Amino acid sequence: MSANHRIRPPADGGGDGGARIDIAGLTKRYLTPKGETFTAIRDVSLTVEPGQFCSIVGPTGCGKSTTLAQVSGLEKPSAGSVKVGSHLVDGITNGVSYMFQADALFPWKSVLSNVMMGPILLGTPKREATELARDWLRRVGLAGFEDRYPHQLSGGMRKRVAMAAALINNPRILLMDEPFGALDVQTKAIMQNELLKLWEELRPSVLFITHDLDEAVALSDRVVIMTSSPGSVKDVFDIDLPRPRGNVQQIRHEERFLELQGQIWESLKDEVTRAYARTAGAA
Amino acid sequence: MTTLTHGEARGGAPKGSAPKTEQPAAASAAKARSAAQRRKVWIWVGRIALAVVIIGGWQLCTNVKPDGKHPLVDPFFFGMPTQIWDALVALFSNTEDASFGSIWENIWVTGQEAILGFLLGTCVGIVLGLLLGSNRYLSSVVGPYIRIVNSIPRIILGSIFIVAFGLGTFPKVLLAAVLVFFVVFFNAFQGVREVDQNLVANVRVLGASPFQVAIHVTIPSAMTWIIASLHTAFGFAIIGALVAEVLGAQQGLGLIISQAQGKFDPDTVFACMIIIAVITLLAEFLIGLLEHSLLKWRPPNKSEAQTI
Repeated sequence: MSANHRIRPPADGGGDGGARIDIAGLTKRYLTPKGETFTAIRDVSLTVEPGQFCSIVGPTGCGKSTTLAQVSGLEKPSAGSVKVGSHLVDGITNGVSYMFQADALFPWKSVLSNVMMGPILLGTPKREATELARDWLRRVGLAGFEDRYPHQLSGGMRKRVAMAAALINNPRILLMDEPFGALDVQTKAIMQNELLKLWEELRPSVLFITHDLDEAVALSDRVVIMTSSPGSVKDVFDIDLPRPRGNVQQIRHEERFLELQGQIWESLKDEVTRAYARTAGAA
Repeated sequence: MTTLTHGEARGGAPKGSAPKTEQPAAASAAKARSAAQRRKVWIWVGRIALAVVIIGGWQLCTNVKPDGKHPLVDPFFFGMPTQIWDALVALFSNTEDASFGSIWENIWVTGQEAILGFLLGTCVGIVLGLLLGSNRYLSSVVGPYIRIVNSIPRIILGSIFIVAFGLGTFPKVLLAAVLVFFVVFFNAFQGVREVDQNLVANVRVLGASPFQVAIHVTIPSAMTWIIASLHTAFGFAIIGALVAEVLGAQQGLGLIISQAQGKFDPDTVFACMIIIAVITLLAEFLIGLLEHSLLKWRPPNKSEAQTI
């Protein structure tokens, strides 16, 4: 991945799409403080096509976040490999953005400076970065809030800032770790619609972790079910709901949506029960 | 505050025409304001009363002679507020008598030592704290030694510094710096450890180099901790400078104190304490300003706004 891939021009409207993610036989073991090995994920294999929106659903502690960390290159897999495009992940992957459940905004930077971070870190001149950040704040509906600090914003607004900060570099891959998990239901629906809108403009490949089945089905092209720990891929569902999806709340009442959601729940149910039984037994 | 008055207004007036609810709202807002003002007045009354009781009681106890001969508290050892005031006036008025210069000169000498020691200790503390906090290997190697050095009474080092570097300014600065260093160092170290790992992961994914991570995340994040330590650190700087002066000096407030001690003159010692307190409060104020400008991004402290 040469430099021209890193500093891609910001997409105005039509993005140039995402990269293919190939995860093959991915295993991650950790050493616990007691000296035992803990297998977080075992033999995970899945593919995200370029520009595809792929959700990962699974019980708590099944290694969903671990999988994302391997794709981003923040951690190194114990076995197996991750390929982004034609490039084997080794160290931080280029063209990746991450969005966490806790908004990873700098509390000491203004909203504008927060959004500017992406381009600045890639060496974009400050004036250009400022322009770009202003444009992105406008796109997420936060024009006029440039000089506020994160603590002065509501949870939903902070998410918008995080979204602008994640998308401003026009990433090839967008990794989202329960980004809307902490939001109330109404704000969540609004943010989902916003995300879909922006994603359809830029079309990065998305790996989206969630506990919310409705969210997974409504947003995704593909839903991956993971087993309880050690995590591995149990089922993969292709969601054939037409795009653009339009309003997330309305699609929930469509027959095909309910059908798919039912199938996925059938697959997930056993895993959730098993994971729950384990934690209940341990407690 | 506003929601409270609104609530009161609704409770007070029956639901009806708009003007009726409007008036009680304004009235209760005014009432709440005057209540707040009254509270403020009472706080000041309490404060002044406390000062009068303590200082007046001191004055009284050193004056009252129950058996006609000996006062309840001997002013020879414990001073007397009026005499302390006289000593303070004497310190500031007579310049020819003092063999080591005017009081302003001495204040400047001690202040200078404290400030230089404060700056030196703070800089070294911040640099080493950030360095050790972000490097696991270094912190494991040096960690136990720092703990050992921290547990010995460092004030004793003053004697060694005086012996090694003489009676000049340098040993004072050094002792102040040593005292300041540990306070700042531990806070900087802890501040680096408390950095939000999500933030670090976020900028690393965006392509930040380790240097950029330090500039954009680690240092600003640790700044909260470091600045919190500066308040205590300046107090330590003054203590370091004074103790070193008491141990051996040609000028400075510490020297005035030790000479007063030699002359059995507690009033002058107390007078010097007051001068030092004023200097420290002034420094506190300046550090507070610095804190305010550096940490303006922080949400206002709710309890601060309501209770004081």
